[in-house]
Amino acid sequence: MRSFTYTRAGDVAEAVNEVAGNEEARFIAGGTNLLDLMKIDVMHPRHIVDITRLALSTVEDTPEGGLRLGALVTNADTAYHEQVETRYPLLSHAILAGATAQLRNKATDGGNLLQRTRCYYFYDKATPCNKREPGSGCAAITGFNRIHAILGESEHCIATHPSDMCVALAALGAVVHVTGPNGERGIPFAEFHRLPGDTPEQDTNLNQDEIITSIELPAQGFADHYAYVKVRDRASYAFALVSVAAGLLLEDGVVKEARIALGGVAHKPWRKPEAEALLHGQPATAENFRKVAEAYLEGAKGYGHNTFKIELAKRAIVRALQQATENKA
Amino acid sequence: MSNKQQPETIEKAAPWLPPKQSVRITINGTQHQLELEPWISVLDMLREHLQLTGTKKGCDHGQCGACTVLLDGKRINSCLTLAVMHDGSSVTTIEGVANGEELHPVQQAFIDHDAFQCGYCTSGQICSAIGLINEGKAKTPDDIRDLMSGNICRCGAYTNIFKVVQEALERSKAQ
Repeated sequence: MRSFTYTRAGDVAEAVNEVAGNEEARFIAGGTNLLDLMKIDVMHPRHIVDITRLALSTVEDTPEGGLRLGALVTNADTAYHEQVETRYPLLSHAILAGATAQLRNKATDGGNLLQRTRCYYFYDKATPCNKREPGSGCAAITGFNRIHAILGESEHCIATHPSDMCVALAALGAVVHVTGPNGERGIPFAEFHRLPGDTPEQDTNLNQDEIITSIELPAQGFADHYAYVKVRDRASYAFALVSVAAGLLLEDGVVKEARIALGGVAHKPWRKPEAEALLHGQPATAENFRKVAEAYLEGAKGYGHNTFKIELAKRAIVRALQQATENKA
Repeated sequence: MSNKQQPETIEKAAPWLPPKQSVRITINGTQHQLELEPWISVLDMLREHLQLTGTKKGCDHGQCGACTVLLDGKRINSCLTLAVMHDGSSVTTIEGVANGEELHPVQQAFIDHDAFQCGYCTSGQICSAIGLINEGKAKTPDDIRDLMSGNICRCGAYTNIFKVVQEALERSKAQ
């Protein structure tokens, strides 16, 4: 690993101040992704700001009836938190579908949002990658692209976002609260991550000098009818080829509201509200679920090795909606 | 060739390095005061600075679990965290799980069930199993397999490792 300077921030303002105007500075919390990437020299910050002592480790109710997850709460503590397990079981299941117990004990909620892609070429400095080295090209488009994107990709990048937790947060409609030199702002989850376009080096709309302070869950947790379906190469400790977070509000077998988010298919968790709306007021049947699945994957494009994901994603959507319908808590 | 430009010592030839940081950390009940470069992982601190080589370096990327230790009671990959971040923390390694000459029940169970071949993953497996039992989240055989999936055994001793964890879990519940 390259050398760097280290400092420990005492509060949020100090943390923001430490990175403001310094493109070479990075925050560290769990460190499970950053240190991995620093060891292989894909990321090489010159200054590391330790934010683990900031007071961002609590889970608390919001006045609006939701739940606020501090950015430094670990993934394990979030998944096993009694309020999350009972009111947001979709989030709990999604978190536990990712990584390992050791990683979840260290990785934080804020850090989970900022995970980098697991594209093989992003990790391999011997190959071109526009995300790692803007302008160098994309080796994945013509390379081994089994794990790559089928929606929202660009000619510059077909990487996917690797998180399971974020797929559930997208379905739930969470808000990411951040603080920067000019104060605080809330970013709706759908606007937090970016599509690659011609700037794939930018994963998110978080500014370099902003810090995530919390993730706010709205009151509606879809706790009665939810499912997280993750399709992967082995049953545990593998990234999703395709994953689906689904939440339904049902009344007498009719869908009042549907939330669907896909993982493993795009540069960000994939939501398509106009496709979800096709289910509103419709009976919760396999036939209707398939219609939504077709609408969700409209415009999907395969690159050879990953073309199977298009049909796989449709079937995963149908299965997730069926499971969500059945799992009456 | 003049050798005037040759530095006299390696120290003078080395590029500027950030200052070492003071770390006060308790390992297996003993407090240590160390001066470490910021990029030293907890794993390298244990192995290279404290000569506690029971904790193994497998992949060094958080994928294999050989470096699993208990940090403030929780199992983590010691390769993926910086020692300087843990000033004031407490770490338990494989060297610290026994009670004097009496092996930890999970250690003894690994011997009784012949749950290893080469042994390289074993200290990580044992620390991980102890963490799993403390967490109390494994209810079914599938839960055990899932919650032990962060520890890879390339000899393939999984069948007996599973038995050990299952038995230890049942024993801890009975107590």
